[in-house]
Amino acid sequence: MDFLKSPGFRKFWNAFMIIIAALCAIVCGVVLAVVVTFVISKGYKALNLDFFTKLPLPVGMTGGGVANAIVGSLEIVLMASVISVPVGVLAGIYLALFGRGHLAANVRFFSDVLTGMPSIAIGVFAYSLVVIPTGHFSAHSAAVALAVIMLPIVVRTTEEAVRLVPGVIREGALALGIPAWKATLLVTVPVARAGIVTGALLAVARVAGESAPLLFTAFGSQYWSKGLSSPTAALPLVIFQYAISPYPDWQQLAWGCALVLVALVFALNLTARLAFSGRVSAN
Amino acid sequence: MQAIQETQPGRPADASATRLEVKDLNAYYGKHLAVKGVNMQFEPGAITALIGPSGCGKSTLLRCLNRMHEVIPHAHVEGEVLLDGQNLYEPGVDPTDTRRRIGMVFQRPNPFPTMTIMDNVLAGVRLAGKPPGDATLEEISEKSLRRAALWDEVKDKLHKAGTSLSGGQQQRLCIARALAVDPEVLLMDEPASALDPISTVKIEELMRELRGAYTIIIVTHNMQQAARCSDYTGFMLAGEAATGELVEFDTTSKMFTTPKEKRTEDYITGRFG
Repeated sequence: MDFLKSPGFRKFWNAFMIIIAALCAIVCGVVLAVVVTFVISKGYKALNLDFFTKLPLPVGMTGGGVANAIVGSLEIVLMASVISVPVGVLAGIYLALFGRGHLAANVRFFSDVLTGMPSIAIGVFAYSLVVIPTGHFSAHSAAVALAVIMLPIVVRTTEEAVRLVPGVIREGALALGIPAWKATLLVTVPVARAGIVTGALLAVARVAGESAPLLFTAFGSQYWSKGLSSPTAALPLVIFQYAISPYPDWQQLAWGCALVLVALVFALNLTARLAFSGRVSAN
Repeated sequence: MQAIQETQPGRPADASATRLEVKDLNAYYGKHLAVKGVNMQFEPGAITALIGPSGCGKSTLLRCLNRMHEVIPHAHVEGEVLLDGQNLYEPGVDPTDTRRRIGMVFQRPNPFPTMTIMDNVLAGVRLAGKPPGDATLEEISEKSLRRAALWDEVKDKLHKAGTSLSGGQQQRLCIARALAVDPEVLLMDEPASALDPISTVKIEELMRELRGAYTIIIVTHNMQQAARCSDYTGFMLAGEAATGELVEFDTTSKMFTTPKEKRTEDYITGRFG
């Protein structure tokens, strides 16, 4: 007992626990580093001009690219953002500034549940909501699925960002005779701009790599999409289909796609981080 | 306004200060009655101080005067506030119009963080939808900053962020911002309590300069400040159930030398509060 209370043991225990915690931190960093190096080392060989500009070729022919999947992914994510960001931002503003009753509490609870919802379940939802009634797979339906996944992320990050703006800023605007809607959208929300943009970018990064909900919505395609309401190729689908194929050429393309996706997510995270650090510098 | 200027020959010609009057005012937070039965008249162009211990309702009363009280959820007001004879709480009176005519400066300087110094000054003019009249935006911002005694310190950095200024400068920026929409009354809620002594002196000097052109009402729990700056003083005290009342209201000299009420005397001589 005396030994456990002695200063020597206390110092030893302190150092020991710090080392354990540091090791855990290193493990986290190493995992990321290993994944990234692995993807880069396997994927870089696939990257050339054809990869970004050509369509996939049939089995047995070398070369070809995934241009349709890159464009398809951008299309779908862009549409999903157009649907979810305005709705999510306005909902977040409502929760932060006006939401006090049961409605707000329920919306918060549901969006938290939605954040943890398995994405494949959301894919099935979009399938029955859009694909079955329209009768075909489409970029639309994929955008709906991804928008549903993005929505709670955008709502909660916007709410947090707007809530951080001191109330006296809004009061100052109201006290000048500025109407409440202008005080909200032109004074309070711009202060929270960096946080809102960050939330939207992180939501985009989250869904850009989603594959499960695309399986039965976008479906995938070997060709240029014939429009937003026809089956559309997407990077995560190409990875899924090509990586499990027995053909080395296709596996190589899958690694290339994985690298492009990781780079995209990395770039979005970096942009979000820079947006946050780049506070007001009105000069 | 014309009528008042005629009945008050001593006032400067450009003065737009207006009479403000409170009748049987009760202010609530939800069911809690925070301020009860206030009746008072604020002299045009004079400085009136509201003093009293913390929680006596002086800030609440101040916020009732420009309809900022009701911005707080579940807060409401009973009674009348008359600006130039017009009851501000009549249905049909737009609170944004009221707030344009009755400006407010808060306890903590609150410049808009995303805006430059100049944009801060012009925020009300631009966003409150008030037509700028003949003056250009540059003229309005210079005039307002000069009136707030800040022009010389910021004229070379009008496009820097408002938040880059010191605390005292930020508070004068907020005063300039309030003056830019050309109000008739200026409400100040402990405008110097978050500032250092030198900045406090500057704010007090500024109030004396603005005296006459604006009806000024200042909340302070610094009694020396009330004695130094104001023409009239109202003393408030919270009674039963934390409900604030106006105990006594008179000229500042009478309030600080020969108060009628024992409670006023006790407070002013530092026996409590």
